[in-house]
Amino acid sequence: MAATDTSTVDTASRAKALDRLKLGDTIFKNLTFLSALTVLLILGGVLISLMHGAWPAFREFGFFGFIAGESWNPVTEKFGALAPIYGTIIASFIALLIAAPVGIGIAIFLTELCPMSLRRPVGIAIELLAGIPSIIYGIWGLFFFAPFLQVYVQPALIKTFGSVPVLSTLFSGVPYGIGLLTASLILAIMVLPFITSIARDVFETVPPVLKESAYGMGCTTWEVVRNVVLPYTRTGVIGGMMLGLGRALGETMAVTFVIGNAHKVSASLLAPATTISATIANEFTEAVGDIYTSSLIALALILFIITFMVLSAARFMLMRLEKQKGA
Amino acid sequence: MSLYTNRKRKSVITMMLCYGAAALGLSVLVIILATLIFMGARGINLDVFTQMTPPPGSTGGGLLNPIVGSLFMTGLGVAIGTPIGILAGTYLAEYGRHSRLSTIIRFLNDILLSAPSIVIGLFTYQILVAPVGHFSGFAGAVSLAILVIPVVVRTTENMLMLVPNPLREAASAMGMPRSLVIKNVAYKAAQAGMITGVLLAIARVSGETAPLLFTALNNQFMSTNMSAPMASLPAVIFQFALSPYVEWQQLAWTGALIITAAVLALSIGARALSSKRT
Repeated sequence: MAATDTSTVDTASRAKALDRLKLGDTIFKNLTFLSALTVLLILGGVLISLMHGAWPAFREFGFFGFIAGESWNPVTEKFGALAPIYGTIIASFIALLIAAPVGIGIAIFLTELCPMSLRRPVGIAIELLAGIPSIIYGIWGLFFFAPFLQVYVQPALIKTFGSVPVLSTLFSGVPYGIGLLTASLILAIMVLPFITSIARDVFETVPPVLKESAYGMGCTTWEVVRNVVLPYTRTGVIGGMMLGLGRALGETMAVTFVIGNAHKVSASLLAPATTISATIANEFTEAVGDIYTSSLIALALILFIITFMVLSAARFMLMRLEKQKGA
Repeated sequence: MSLYTNRKRKSVITMMLCYGAAALGLSVLVIILATLIFMGARGINLDVFTQMTPPPGSTGGGLLNPIVGSLFMTGLGVAIGTPIGILAGTYLAEYGRHSRLSTIIRFLNDILLSAPSIVIGLFTYQILVAPVGHFSGFAGAVSLAILVIPVVVRTTENMLMLVPNPLREAASAMGMPRSLVIKNVAYKAAQAGMITGVLLAIARVSGETAPLLFTALNNQFMSTNMSAPMASLPAVIFQFALSPYVEWQQLAWTGALIITAAVLALSIGARALSSKRT
């Protein structure tokens, strides 16, 4: 009798304890689920709030009218996004053009040439470039890099390419120091570590056997890289470049300092220009009137959509590589 | 034989270019840090940490109010973002590891990770500043929290994925409920990596400027009131560096040095922590 008694008490208290644990379990599980949903909510919220804010501008100028409009005039309240979109795309494109070969070069150095003991420190040093806040690049660019370009590099460019047909247009005008080219170069420095670290990571996935067999047949280091490593990692490298491009497109503070903030589409790379993010950073707090504010938000929406597409493409490529690695 | 020399020469040239690329990358880092130290160090003195930002054109003054503002907003932003990030990362790695929803969330989180911070700033402006009608330190903190979340989600998930399953199975076999398995076993095993993630997130947001411009704005004066405009180091650097006053520009350089030192110390610390475990 006594024995059954204690056992019923035991089961009862046990059931209670289990219930309590179960409750905690459910709460914890649902908390994690809600938090995961927060990520979706934020992204959806960004999209919806930007569309809501951009609506008046699109209604006023029409979607294509806004995108293709060249004037940006707060006085007459005529706004078009062509100049900032042009500046954003050209600056990021040139940045990628410079950063991609250098980044891949560094990755080759890190995986093929660098002595083992130096690999980690050099890798970390390059990654530290990514850690430096964007505003630091801005102040450095404005006070150090732009004057340097103005005095030493730009006059030389103008002189060298002055008589070459196409290039003379690209490098025409006065060496201001600040402008599209300076912004591109700063952006190139900023995206370099992203491209380098992804390229290095994917280079390291190449099975050593492949490289060793190529070396065994008498290939030079360059031939191994060119014919074995790069073809094997092509998707990953392109994905890394796209990721860098996505970063460059949205970069704000560094560009704001050195691009010159001129709403103009000019053929010369030395001329001041503007980008979407620089326009918003410069003008948003001073914007008066609903249409002005709305136009700036519409710019942000365009930027968000462009970067979303570029980053999605980058992720798809990197994901494909991961699957390949897993299989 | 000449073909062989040719191939060899080609290889030597390209490999030299790779050495050159690495040298270029490293020298850029050195030049930036050297400029910062050269320009910033001469402005470092006790006043920087004890005095308020000076009015235009006057000498003296320091960066106390922006430093305090940055600490407040970064602190609150990380305090909001970290728990959400860790819980979301837990869901992705533990409960919904293979579900379709997780794949989508993982994908979108990666996009949020590289999304332009200025857009996040505008979003926060739209939901927290425009309806209220004034800028606030709280809105600044929220915009930073939104930037913290994806970083923490990513590292938490990655670190939990590294925890070997037999550990979880052993705990479950002893009758531990799932939530306790996660909290007492998986979190313990992944601790160092998760802390690294949080440190990296702090490093990332403490230098952020763009989202603060339209949320916390700036403040000439000392303020610890989260519902009023608040100064922050990056925003003050932005304002002072572009000003025509030499004293302000000097303070901007000093502020830049302080921020960079803090951020780099954090990220090096985070790396040291993660390498000790592996």
